[in-house]
Amino acid sequence: MTATGLGDGLTALLPKLGGGALTGLTRLSGGATQEIWRFEAGGRALILRRAPGGDRVSGQTVGLEVEAALLAAAGAGGVPVPPVVHVLEPRDGLGHGFVMGFVAGETLGGRIVRAPPPGLAPQCGAVLARIHSIDPAGFPTLDRHSPAQLLDEWRALFRACDWPRPVFEAALCWLADRCPSPPAQPRLVHGDFRNGNLMIGPDGIRAVLDWELAHVGDPLEDLGWLCVNSWRFGRIDRPVGGFGTLDELLAGYGDGVDPAAVKWWEVFGTLRWGVMCAGMTAAFRSPDPGIERAMIARRTSETEIDLLRLIGDR
Amino acid sequence: MQDEPTPVEILGAVAAYLRDHVVPVTTGMVAFQARVAANAVDLVARQIAHGDGGEAERLRALLGRDGSLADLNAALAEGIANRVLDYAAPDVAQHLWAATLAKLAVDQPKYSGYLAALVEKDV
Repeated sequence: MTATGLGDGLTALLPKLGGGALTGLTRLSGGATQEIWRFEAGGRALILRRAPGGDRVSGQTVGLEVEAALLAAAGAGGVPVPPVVHVLEPRDGLGHGFVMGFVAGETLGGRIVRAPPPGLAPQCGAVLARIHSIDPAGFPTLDRHSPAQLLDEWRALFRACDWPRPVFEAALCWLADRCPSPPAQPRLVHGDFRNGNLMIGPDGIRAVLDWELAHVGDPLEDLGWLCVNSWRFGRIDRPVGGFGTLDELLAGYGDGVDPAAVKWWEVFGTLRWGVMCAGMTAAFRSPDPGIERAMIARRTSETEIDLLRLIGDR
Repeated sequence: MQDEPTPVEILGAVAAYLRDHVVPVTTGMVAFQARVAANAVDLVARQIAHGDGGEAERLRALLGRDGSLADLNAALAEGIANRVLDYAAPDVAQHLWAATLAKLAVDQPKYSGYLAALVEKDV
């Protein structure tokens, strides 16, 4: 759909968005799996997040309706998130998606690590603790996996790439030898809580974005993922997102977490990001190649060096 | 024997053209893609310059067999997965480090984990 066609649809929707005139409709970059549009309704800045072309829905994500429900539940649970203004309905004629409030701030990880607001790592811990206290019973369609099942799933995704990676095999052995038991109480896991998906202001986290990989499982997965070196943007000396220490993160999280348990999830997260990168080769070879996809695929090796550094000492 | 200039020289000129003459006169996605394209050309030039870095030879010695680089890597991967080979055994670990460092020298010579590994491994 063109911006004009989209504009007509949004104009018809204005009464549900608080009224006023539609202005400034612009497509934002970012959002590889979703379309993101910014606009104003009666001067209020809003964001439309919807499936590409309105109706192409990715099978690997939770679905935009569930994402909107997750945002609402997170907001109710004290997690900073953009307010959901309207979830698209079939009669809106705009496909799958939702409209949310625009939150100003910085998401570029490289800029955030240059001048992080004070206390960002403990704040990440506190926000994650709130996310993990949201009742997952309200989200029956989310994937539920034990750590062993997740490991099997990502091993299979890696093998499906059909390219030998001895370092990934070594990491899979390391992970299998130390695989945690299923959590006594499975929690809601954000699934992509990292530097780059957090809207940051001088006061800290303004919004937690991109809930499309949410699932139910071991909450420590989110803590380990936040420590993956690829999101430290060069600040390898600051394990948490390139801006903090693990002690700071765990102090904010509470709950007496064992750092060794977080390390397992950091290794798993590094492997997971590596498999995601490796999967870009198939996307690059599709009818829709892009040089950027080739370059992301060639980032797989960054996870191999990180894995060796992580598992090298056994 | 092919004539001069070398592939690496030609690719260097292509990358410089993209960076110095295309990126400055474009905006948005086109400028971004031109920058990515220049980085891709640089990567290919590094790979041509480095070759396989002795990887196949090391694999033949490690595995005691011959084969293509892909076959040898598949054999090593399978051996580690089946626990026939211990990934932490000194000879295996040494190969994994050498092969991975060689990849990074081509893919991302400025990556923080690579730079840290060079210091730690005293390469």
